[in-house]
Amino acid sequence: MTAVSIKPFLRLSGLEPLVLRPLTNFVNVGERTNVTGSKKFARLIRDNKYEEALSVARQQVESGAQILDVNMDDALLDGEKAMQTFLNLLQAEPDIAKIPIMIDSSKFAIIEAGLKCVQGKCIVNSISMKEGEEKFIEQAIICRSYGAAVIVMAFDENGQADTLRKKVDISWRAYKILTEQVGFDPEDIIFDPNIFAIATGIEEHNNYAVDFIEAIKEIKQKMPLTRISGGVSNISFSFRGNEPVREAMHSVFLYYAVKAGMDMGIVNAGQLVVYDEIEPKLRQLCEDVILNKNPEATDQLLAFAATVKAKDKEEVKDEAWRRGTVEERLKHALVNGITEYIDADTEEARQKYPKPLEVIEGPLMAGMDVVGDLFGSGKMFLPQVVKSARVMKKSVAVLTPYIEQEKEERRLAHLAAGTVNLEGAGAAKILLATVKGDVHDIGKNIVGVVLGCNGYDIIDLGVMVPTDKILETAKREKVAAIGLSGLITPSLDEMVHVAREMKRQDFQVPLLIGGATTSRMHTAVKIAPEFDRGVVHVLDASRSVTVVGSLLNAEQKPEFLRSITVEYQKLKEDFANKRTAKQYLSFGKAQENKVAIDWGTFKPVEPGFIGTKVFDGYDLAAIVPYVDWGPFFIAWELHGKFPQILQDATVGKEATKLYNDAQELLAAIVREKWLKPRGVIGFWPANSDAKDTVVVETGEGPVHLEFLRQQIKKAAGQPNISLSDFIAPAATGKKDHLGAFVVSIEGIEPHIKRFEAAYDDYNKIMLQALADRLAEAFTELLHEKVRKEYWGYAQEEHLGAEALIKEEYMGIRPAPGYPACPDHTEKIKLFAMLDATNQTGTILTESLAMFPASSVSGWYFAHPASKYFGVGKIEKDQVVNYAARKGMPLEEIERWLRPVLEYDA
Amino acid sequence: MKTIYDVLKERILIIDGAMGTMIQRHKLEEKDYRGERFKDWATDLKGNNDLLCLTQPDIIEGIHRQYLDAGADIIETNTFNSQRISMADYHMEELSYELNIAAAKIAKKAAADFTARNPDKPRFVAGAIGPMSKTLSLSPDVNNPGFRSVTFDEVTSAYYEQVKGLVEGGADLLLIETIFDTLNAKAAIFAIKKYFRDTHQPELPISISGTITDASGRTLSGQTLEAFYVSVMHARPLSIGLNCALGANEMRAHIEELSQIASCYTSAYPNAGLPNAMGEYDEQPEETAHFIEEWAENGFVNIVGGCCGTTPDHIRHIAQHVAAIKPRLLPVVEKELV
Repeated sequence: MTAVSIKPFLRLSGLEPLVLRPLTNFVNVGERTNVTGSKKFARLIRDNKYEEALSVARQQVESGAQILDVNMDDALLDGEKAMQTFLNLLQAEPDIAKIPIMIDSSKFAIIEAGLKCVQGKCIVNSISMKEGEEKFIEQAIICRSYGAAVIVMAFDENGQADTLRKKVDISWRAYKILTEQVGFDPEDIIFDPNIFAIATGIEEHNNYAVDFIEAIKEIKQKMPLTRISGGVSNISFSFRGNEPVREAMHSVFLYYAVKAGMDMGIVNAGQLVVYDEIEPKLRQLCEDVILNKNPEATDQLLAFAATVKAKDKEEVKDEAWRRGTVEERLKHALVNGITEYIDADTEEARQKYPKPLEVIEGPLMAGMDVVGDLFGSGKMFLPQVVKSARVMKKSVAVLTPYIEQEKEERRLAHLAAGTVNLEGAGAAKILLATVKGDVHDIGKNIVGVVLGCNGYDIIDLGVMVPTDKILETAKREKVAAIGLSGLITPSLDEMVHVAREMKRQDFQVPLLIGGATTSRMHTAVKIAPEFDRGVVHVLDASRSVTVVGSLLNAEQKPEFLRSITVEYQKLKEDFANKRTAKQYLSFGKAQENKVAIDWGTFKPVEPGFIGTKVFDGYDLAAIVPYVDWGPFFIAWELHGKFPQILQDATVGKEATKLYNDAQELLAAIVREKWLKPRGVIGFWPANSDAKDTVVVETGEGPVHLEFLRQQIKKAAGQPNISLSDFIAPAATGKKDHLGAFVVSIEGIEPHIKRFEAAYDDYNKIMLQALADRLAEAFTELLHEKVRKEYWGYAQEEHLGAEALIKEEYMGIRPAPGYPACPDHTEKIKLFAMLDATNQTGTILTESLAMFPASSVSGWYFAHPASKYFGVGKIEKDQVVNYAARKGMPLEEIERWLRPVLEYDA
Repeated sequence: MKTIYDVLKERILIIDGAMGTMIQRHKLEEKDYRGERFKDWATDLKGNNDLLCLTQPDIIEGIHRQYLDAGADIIETNTFNSQRISMADYHMEELSYELNIAAAKIAKKAAADFTARNPDKPRFVAGAIGPMSKTLSLSPDVNNPGFRSVTFDEVTSAYYEQVKGLVEGGADLLLIETIFDTLNAKAAIFAIKKYFRDTHQPELPISISGTITDASGRTLSGQTLEAFYVSVMHARPLSIGLNCALGANEMRAHIEELSQIASCYTSAYPNAGLPNAMGEYDEQPEETAHFIEEWAENGFVNIVGGCCGTTPDHIRHIAQHVAAIKPRLLPVVEKELV
């Protein structure tokens, strides 16, 4: 009798076993039961149509899937519940349940929920070291406890492996941990060395497929029992919408990857073309691109792709509107924001109308009128309007060369005939600008689009525009109105300055004020008195249409301005009256009423390091879960709480569309690394002087940080807070600390340019809004790591994203220039302490705004009593003292602090 | 003293026969089940065989001794239903832990006694972990196939409590048996691994025994034998095998297959044939022993014994028939794919 020999094959099971033997062909993992990849499946799950969803799974099995990938990662779903419901139902279907399940989620809780439902041996897709070894080991132990094989993404604390070296090294490190510390059998480990999109036009991406293929070879050589998997469709992401090219790319890619040792992959089993049956020219081009054979490969494939007509396989669109007249079609495209046919339809209209300008003045304006009406009556929302604008711009772009040509012909005709060309200027022009020192322009861009949609000619001067440039341009272009925007408080002064200059230079056109930091009150009290030809605060983009309409209508204008003047006058009086109603303490009394903290029992936690730590790039995918979507919808003027807004009776549908578009763009940003998060954090020993100064011991000697204190009279027992109260006074003998950070999202400009070139305001604004969200999210992520790790004063903290957004954590991160420390000039010290400009590329403008615009900075305070608050208005005695402490002239500091001064300076 | 690993290399080990069949012989009545302690218990207790570890410990110990005397190397604790989910039928959830400790102690006492008498033939106590009355892969409601009457976490925590009792009572190994829903068995494995992780003790050996319910060759939850094996091998068991539902004759093909695919030791303890028209098992001890002897000669098995309907007499015959036959060799697990 001899002993049986057992080979170390990867063995999986559903109701039946699946053993990956050396001669096993490439294993197809069915991908359609994935809410992130299949719209149909996502819809069925959202609508609770699980029976039909099962038929998607069945169809996958029937078309040859050997493993079924199940993914329920959708913000609108309770992922754990959906996973359990689907898998429980699936167990009752022997013809589906016969194959093994791949439980796919980026949320480990969903993975575990799935593992609890399946009797067979599953694959977990995926785990990685992106959150560090400890988490990785913990998750691996859980996977093993359920008897699952695991897909390990080549991902570590520093991000996703994008080079051959990183792919292999990270895989090796994970392998050692899994086999030596967790007790995994090597054959139960499947590596996913990251398939990234190629042919994106970005040179660094060209070698991604080659790197993947080479990584497979090395991994298989070093760790021969392990397996390789990957998401194949990523490779062709830049050819979205062109299925024939994508399928050919997948097939060619697999041909080489499988040869190199790829064992399985997530593919649409029903849609894989046979390598030999690919059209030879296409196959050759795909090979050039995938194997990165020459620098022109991408362009050649792109050119060829344009000639391949995409077959619509999946979704049947409602194309009935295509049968209407060209006018009807243009209107439909505008109202519904469809760009697909706009070039052809515009061309058709151009040939139909005597003059190209008549296309704009006729059908296009008619369409935009409908858009304007619907928007005005609340039946359309901002994101839709921006999409309509995109259609309009594209259409106009088609017509412009013809219009120019006609103009030129007329000019020459007039010249030849000796007559004068009296052609008018056309639509009223509106000048828009973000004022000097400020870099934020999402809101202004939206106003531009909305006004553009309403027939105005927009001259957008961009950001950081000095007063003289604004006024010069306004004169030269004979604009009908000037709109100023700003987000940070110093911009308010800048706006006052523009108003004064307009008065001095005798401007007759009205001034519009908008932006997050502006208010009706500030406009009424500070700006309107400086310029008497009309200053109007515009709350949001939707109001801008009516305001501009009233101002530019000769009949309405006087009455409109009169009512505004009355309103603002009243506001100004109210303001003056209210001010006297409030009571303030003397600065000395306020200082005596500081926050009472028992320093005797306080044990300051020593940060993990002293000095700074730089993050030159960070994994975007790790940041995404920290995104607070609330402000994103506010940027688009959709008001409501997230995620409830997605279900809102009025705006829910559009909010959902917007959210889906945002998710799609965000996915591309992450996958193709459009943006680079950068940051620097630092910690230093610090003590307060028992009053309002915090002395920080940096490597370059002590830095004195000055903080402002609330002066309004408080109820008994309530302190007059200053941030300095949260740092231990030197006299206590406690060695306390303070931290600081700057983060910023770099690299938005080329993409903005690209969208601008495509007349795509929708995606441009979307990208800006997302970059802002990512900067905030990165800040949130770093703050969490600071609390739990780098400073480590709250190592036990366990908060979900929602709790983070609600700021339920210990310690705070107030930003200079914002309510708790309203003096922007302290930011100069913050930047110097962190060497932030050199370390992160973030610069401060003369108004102390940060550039890139998607940047965040602030201080870290760790004391459990520290909390966010507003300094509120302060009296002159404090300002005089503060100016002396800072060594700045009183007038200068008063200028910076004007928004919080209780008195007129 | 020799460990179970030592003796498994030397010979085919014998596991005991049916507990229920032996208890039936005592013709116990409701009052015997209740004993003094549960005389006022609100629900009927007759049929709660596991409860006898508390109310009739001498009877249970006596049965263990009969099997040990017949030559069993491994005896199973009387705990087939001793976890809170099954015990809920008698409103005895709170007794689950106590039942397991008591059962393990009774078995351990008997086994230690026999080991002391003949140290060359050490006896082992297998803490018996049954399939429980609710299943994780099957819906009890045919109109609602997605419904489950119990959750994985509930099953795991019930098994965890059982494992704790069995280990603390002195079990030498843990036997997850009569598995007709693999997911329940996975929950038991999960509970065992967690228990030993939590308590920082070295793991006891785990034996796993599934049940092929009928001629389809599948478990009740629908898995083929190999799929079942693949689904539980992460337990790194001491042995894997089959028991119950089939007689030795019907079990042969499956145990042969298992002996070819399992990288660990194999076990088989069939019923005494299939039940007759009266629901009784009437396969005679020599008949059962003949089947099993043939498996042993073909090198299919390492641990053999009996399930429903088998008696100390069956076990004695089996032990005698396989005594001289070499055990199945532990497979060689290769380090390379080809």
